[in-house]
Amino acid sequence: MSATPVLDTAKIDAAIDAGPQKYEGLRFALRNKKLVIGMGIVLAFLLVAIVGPWLTEATPYQFGFPTAEAPNTTRWLGTTDTGQDVFSQFVYGLRATFIVGSIAALVGAGIGMTIGFMAGYRGGVVDELLMMFTNIILVIPVFAVLLIVAAYLPPSNRGYVSEALLIGAFSWPWVARATRAQTFSLATREFVSLARLSGARSWQIIVREIAPNMSSYLVLVLIVLFGGSILFAATLDFLGLGAPNEVSLGQMLFNAQNQAAITRGFWWWFIPPGLAVTILVGALYVANVGLDEVFNPKLRET
Amino acid sequence: MIRYLARKTLLYILTFIAAVSVDWAIPRVMPGDPIQGLMARFSVPSNAQQVQGLMSFFTEAFGFDKPLWRQYLGFWQSLIDGDLGPSIAYPGSAVTSLLLHAAPYTLALVVPATILSYVVGNRLGALAARRKVLDNTFIPAAYIFTATPYMFLAIMLVYILAFRINTGLPVSGAYAFSVQPSWTWEFATSFSAHWLLPFLSLFLVQLGGWAIGMRNMIIFELEADYANYLQALGAPTKLVRKYAYRNAVLPQMSGLALALGVVVGGQIVTEVVFGYPGLGQLIFTAINNRDFFLLQGAFLFIIVGVLIANFVVDLLYVVVDPRTRVGIQGS
Repeated sequence: MSATPVLDTAKIDAAIDAGPQKYEGLRFALRNKKLVIGMGIVLAFLLVAIVGPWLTEATPYQFGFPTAEAPNTTRWLGTTDTGQDVFSQFVYGLRATFIVGSIAALVGAGIGMTIGFMAGYRGGVVDELLMMFTNIILVIPVFAVLLIVAAYLPPSNRGYVSEALLIGAFSWPWVARATRAQTFSLATREFVSLARLSGARSWQIIVREIAPNMSSYLVLVLIVLFGGSILFAATLDFLGLGAPNEVSLGQMLFNAQNQAAITRGFWWWFIPPGLAVTILVGALYVANVGLDEVFNPKLRET
Repeated sequence: MIRYLARKTLLYILTFIAAVSVDWAIPRVMPGDPIQGLMARFSVPSNAQQVQGLMSFFTEAFGFDKPLWRQYLGFWQSLIDGDLGPSIAYPGSAVTSLLLHAAPYTLALVVPATILSYVVGNRLGALAARRKVLDNTFIPAAYIFTATPYMFLAIMLVYILAFRINTGLPVSGAYAFSVQPSWTWEFATSFSAHWLLPFLSLFLVQLGGWAIGMRNMIIFELEADYANYLQALGAPTKLVRKYAYRNAVLPQMSGLALALGVVVGGQIVTEVVFGYPGLGQLIFTAINNRDFFLLQGAFLFIIVGVLIANFVVDLLYVVVDPRTRVGIQGS
């Protein structure tokens, strides 16, 4: 809306001389502050989750340390009221968070995209039925279903993977709807008709022609699902529905709450896990906005 | 309009049937025997006869001795009768009456928190879209709020406002032990004091999401052709903003229906942190005591609540989106 900038031919020539446009996307990505900061935080957490467990000799539920000790040089995040090392719980819990979040996001994205592609590409009765199904799952509160499924699942069957599968299995409806809408508009483009004329099968058209054209969107979906799944998992764990013998950030909050750590002032027990989830998910959302700006030049701040 | 509402009503009826079927099916398809699970809870009866009696009681309660289709119809029958079975965590109480007693507390928290956060969040988000100061201060805060797990914000409120700074605000229960629920001034003040922090906790987490959504929608709408056209015609900025707002509010409203499903989880954990005697607290007790009947009943309560809320949102949608009224399908 501002005044038209005067064409700076020298700059354009320089840009052309600068060589192939191969890394242009990356250059825009690195110039986007939101994306760099967001992804930086996520990667920092990932690093802690990977190397953290090697920095401590204590295992998460090992007893025998001084009880209810505030953070100090030997016990970096202090201990619980029964003498467990909080740092060890934290790093293993962070690892669990990444595992659960990524499996759940992949499962959710997989189901949602499959249904979305099928409904959007086929149209007609298939579309009607799939969307009816999607809308039904969409209205049923995910959390309520997870709650009874997780409660009925015997503790011996509960683990990171089953928790992640459960979350993924119920978090796809919005992905399906969004993918369908995008597929709908892409399916009528010339290049898709051309592929169809050349005799490509439906799944080939979807995989080779349609999906690559919305790849940026699919990346965004994965990030949002990842963040959402982390929050879901933490909430389930906080209600005692997580893996019983494994540690997670939500479980740490659950234990802290059960042992009245809040009113006893053991802040080192509940602040690290809660803050970690908050910052991690917040960073994911911010990175998401940044990525959106990179993919969609209209949104870029000038 | 009739067509739009009829479609929605059909969807909700189907959803309700699906939800009840899921509720019925889950104990039956999960690995492990629910009756054995229940028996393990009742380790009290020592002689074989009592064990046998208890087992046949549970078998009958689930209807496992009947063919599947009879079990399914029986489930609907007892549902229509308002019988959700006996509670295990609270011996001697019926699940239905437990849930009915807890529901008002939950509604007193979740309804105002959701509506207010939606209204305030949308307003602030729309403001942030045009005021740089607000965009640089409030929106980053909104990102933090929306990323905070509900229980963590609740825990931090308790820790800061009750433990660190002694504000004297109660952080447990819905009213003081010394008062009884009644229509008295004394109860009302005690109730409000106990209500404040859990409400604030639920309100703040939800606020962020609405504000961010509205800010982005407004900016998106202002880039649209109609906004540019209006501007080119020389319409006052205020008018352009007004049109942008009316359009931006529609996806927010559809989002409200979606958000309800997530709020359910937030509500439960918030009640747990504050020991608030609503459905969430009941569900937490039910999980810890493996009280399946109570869980299944609570699930149905939540479903019905969310469906009603969805329907209300649909009715409001008709009000704000004229297209649904004249028969053109709204988005």
